[in-house]
Amino acid sequence: MTQGEIEIQLLAVVVAAACALPGAFLVLRKMAMMSDAISHAILPGIVIAFFLTHNLNSPLLILAAAATGVLTVMLVELLMSTRLVREDAAIGLTFPVLFSIGIILIARFAGDVHLDTDAVLLGEPAFAPFDRLIVGGRDIGPRALYIMSAVGLANVAFITLFYKELKIATFDAGLAAALGFGPVLIHYGLMTFVSITAVAAFDAVGSILVVAMMVAPSAAAYLLTDRLRDMILLSVALGAASAVGGFQMARLFDVSIAGAMAAASGVVFLAVWLGAPRYGILAGRQRRIRQKWEFAETMLAIHLFNHEGLPEADIEHRVGHLEEHLSWERDFARRVVRRAQSNGLVQRTNDDDENDLLALTPQGRKAASEAIENL
Amino acid sequence: MEQLFSDYTLRMVALGSAVLGIVSGGLGTYAVLRGQSLLGDAISHAALPGIAIAFLLTGGKTPLALMIGAALAGWLATLWIMSVTGTTRIKYDSMLALTLSVFFGVGLVLLTYIRQRAGAAQAGLDTFLFGQASSLVRRDVVTMAVPGGAALLLMALFWKELKLLAFDPEFGRTLGLPMRRVDLFLTALLVVAIVIGLQTVGVVLMSAMIVAPAAAGRQWTDTLWKMVLLSAGFGAAAGVTGAVLSSTGTGLPTGPLIVLCMGVIMVLSLLFAPNRGLAARHLRARRSTGRFQLETVLLDLYALGMQHNDPLRPHPKGAVQAMRAKEVPVDRLLGRLEKDGLVRRAASGWALTDTGLRNVETLKEERT
Repeated sequence: MTQGEIEIQLLAVVVAAACALPGAFLVLRKMAMMSDAISHAILPGIVIAFFLTHNLNSPLLILAAAATGVLTVMLVELLMSTRLVREDAAIGLTFPVLFSIGIILIARFAGDVHLDTDAVLLGEPAFAPFDRLIVGGRDIGPRALYIMSAVGLANVAFITLFYKELKIATFDAGLAAALGFGPVLIHYGLMTFVSITAVAAFDAVGSILVVAMMVAPSAAAYLLTDRLRDMILLSVALGAASAVGGFQMARLFDVSIAGAMAAASGVVFLAVWLGAPRYGILAGRQRRIRQKWEFAETMLAIHLFNHEGLPEADIEHRVGHLEEHLSWERDFARRVVRRAQSNGLVQRTNDDDENDLLALTPQGRKAASEAIENL
Repeated sequence: MEQLFSDYTLRMVALGSAVLGIVSGGLGTYAVLRGQSLLGDAISHAALPGIAIAFLLTGGKTPLALMIGAALAGWLATLWIMSVTGTTRIKYDSMLALTLSVFFGVGLVLLTYIRQRAGAAQAGLDTFLFGQASSLVRRDVVTMAVPGGAALLLMALFWKELKLLAFDPEFGRTLGLPMRRVDLFLTALLVVAIVIGLQTVGVVLMSAMIVAPAAAGRQWTDTLWKMVLLSAGFGAAAGVTGAVLSSTGTGLPTGPLIVLCMGVIMVLSLLFAPNRGLAARHLRARRSTGRFQLETVLLDLYALGMQHNDPLRPHPKGAVQAMRAKEVPVDRLLGRLEKDGLVRRAASGWALTDTGLRNVETLKEERT
């Protein structure tokens, strides 16, 4: 990789990590779509600040856009507080209106300056190395890398400092309120950081990638662990992996870097969805199959236990009889018996499938009586 | 307004926007009622890779092929959202955000791939991102109106099933209706509404076309068919107004203007709809507070009288005021009650009349 490419790769990883931090909380708090809403709704804030400063690199842009992000959250809550529209409709109404205002402002007043809407939506990390940060006459690297690193560190600081508050407010808002942690304040705090991250990242990678990087790695991490700390760390790691995979793919095929990173985060999620050890769908299917057999073996043990030592045992304990009594297919019955045998639950008296008698082992008796008790 | 009838371009743009408003408003009703307002946003973003693949396969920009590609991708995205939320603990909103951004990312990758392979030919990316209402021609309007009209017709044909899905899917299941299939069917209709809108208002603003007319219509009525008609009407009104505003020399883009018109309709509906609207609610609250205060003063006067075993005994105003917080305008309330003939002025203050006493007895029953 050339130096420019290394810088882009580094920026991609930093963006992914910075987005994944607040993203984990968005996923847990069922507010993932706020990332979409905020990343679009900040447009008018950026435009107005640009009119005031005439400088796309002004820090005022980030402040104004972040303020617009918080304003979006407030408007959504205001709409919801009327109890006339639901949350999803409130979000779906607010951000297109704000985005429209942004587009109209651009069309009306900024027709010939460098501020077009697809840059906001799409972004292009490939341009990042051209905008250098010069300190004291020395070139110390791309400006975007420093901005994103600062935002990422701010996110780390916010989450570490308010970890306990965020955790309680996320999992038990009622308790958080009762303990005086101010879940509303935490909510707006988190939304402020989501806004700042979205604004800082949109310039480098566009608003769609911001959404992908906030939600996809965190959703994947949510399927891998039940611990908040692990989930945050995992989503940072998965985000970084998507950034590396995406950028390398983009380099190979010469396609959109932002798009490739979003696609890579989708591939990562798909892989986790299929293969996660506990919550993946393959694991779920295996678990269901295992449960089916375990249940059948227990049924068999209970059946034998019920008739053990009684006069009808000679009939009931025949393998061939299971078809009738438990309405099992012949094949299924034989496989259950074989499994139960190898698990040491039952014994056979001889090897003739039709007439041989089954007997519970002590272990099988214990399993049956335990199962009955648990009923 | 005159221009609307003389100017061909404007007529087409207005007609196209009106068609879009009617279709998305009508079908958006169900999305809003079912709490799926943001599904439209996900579908519209997810359509991008479908457009790109259709472009790759057909090698050209045939609007119909691109539309079919967009619809298939949007439909696939919805299936993927349903199947992940159905098999894991991932929440619906996470899946919406994930799907819209990932599909859109894949679409971008494909489009950049097409751009470098096909050279200058671009699949009109900008058109689909931001819409290009001002370039609508007769053919576009027809390609929008035919599938859109078909979708509305199907909605009318399966009215009963869709209504059950929106309000009580469990009941539908007990009736033996395949509710999952009805859900997929409704989603397909929604996909049609979104796909025909992409060319006009673009990916981002499509969400508002689905949500705003329906959310506004919801405020005016509690009846489904009225809500569908109202939101289709609101959608059409906003579409035409936006188109006219953008053509009258302002040079402003049509899509955002349509969305702003929607926003205005929405806000007006929230404020002024009878019954549900905020203004109506406020008036109702004031009226009932007023009545409650009148009744309270009447009961207070009675209670004061009963302390002397004479319900009709007069009491000075100060005594009545002392029963309540000083914010309660006892003076004015007594005046109102006097006008209604429930209390009268006596030499030593205020007293219940016979009618007032009868009212007190009914009130006492009501309040216990």
